[in-house]
Amino acid sequence: MTETGTSAPHSPAPSINPPDLSQLFLAFAKISLSGFGGVLPWARRMMVEERRWMTAEEFNEAFSLSQFLPGPNIVNFSVVFGSRIAGPLGAALALLGLLGPPTVIVIVLAAIYARYGDLTLLQNALAGVAAAAAGLVIAVVAKMAAPVFRTPRSPAPFVAIAAFVAIGLLRWPLLYVLAVLAPVSVALAFWRLRA
Amino acid sequence: MNEQPGALTILAVQFALMSLLAIGGANAAIPEMHRLAVDVQGWMTNKQFADTFALAQLTPGPNVIVVTLIGYHVAGIAGALVATAAMCGPTCVMTYFVGQVWEKFKEARWRIAIQAGLVPVSIGLVAASAWVIALAADHNAVAWAITAAAVIVSYFTRINPLWVFAVAAAIGVMGYV
Repeated sequence: MTETGTSAPHSPAPSINPPDLSQLFLAFAKISLSGFGGVLPWARRMMVEERRWMTAEEFNEAFSLSQFLPGPNIVNFSVVFGSRIAGPLGAALALLGLLGPPTVIVIVLAAIYARYGDLTLLQNALAGVAAAAAGLVIAVVAKMAAPVFRTPRSPAPFVAIAAFVAIGLLRWPLLYVLAVLAPVSVALAFWRLRA
Repeated sequence: MNEQPGALTILAVQFALMSLLAIGGANAAIPEMHRLAVDVQGWMTNKQFADTFALAQLTPGPNVIVVTLIGYHVAGIAGALVATAAMCGPTCVMTYFVGQVWEKFKEARWRIAIQAGLVPVSIGLVAASAWVIALAADHNAVAWAITAAAVIVSYFTRINPLWVFAVAAAIGVMGYV
């Protein structure tokens, strides 16, 4: 058993201490309200460290599945975890816990913006926040890209640059870009695995 | 709010499609949302799109909440719920079924290749998102400086992003952005 990141030295069991349905819902509501600009780190903290509902290895496996599938990562994660606990009902409850509270909050914020969005004060404050928000996304990209760009003789950096140019600079439709780039990139990865 | 006939249908169809194209999460689909909302449908201006993204960042919760805001802008609460459900629905169903068989193919070469092949695609897409947001948000040197400072703080420290937003909002309120 390798280091799992939990304090429990022995924990190869599939799920250490499964939650009931209300705990499941409340846990995802709490994860959702914990973080700003993405909440995956909070999911790990809750699942692995706080509640011990998963080992670190189980979390990593479920997390990589959630990342590789299209769509919002944490939404996928809630479905993967919820369905393991209680099938479709568990998946639905985890999803509702995750999306319910922020949906209510954001609708209130949107209503305020619709009413007062023209005020100079609010306009100026939001302009500052938007500039900062752009910076946070750039930092996320830098963290994602660093290991990929350090791998020697890998085609991955070229694929990343091609996606950036096609979508960011040329503004081509996502569907067409992915229809070409995704199979090419997977084929390159497959070819590298064989080599 | 500028409700148009068929707006709910457009929201439902476009975000359901986007749901299956968002490799790398909701933040990977920002350019596509921008293309849809600003360029193709004309639902909002570039500036409103930047505001919408900023509001989403100020809301606790997952990044996908930006979709809820776009839906609200287009067709009120109904639009918010339709857009959110469309963005999450298809991928949730897919995740549910793939999740059942995922373990079985853990060692399969094609599975490893798909996973490895999609990583650089998602990096490129999120990078494009960052670029599109920066272009929408940054109209003067102060704004670009805020963006650059946010990159540095967020990359090298673990400071809560809310502090970064608070400082940026304060600079904005003073009228510099």
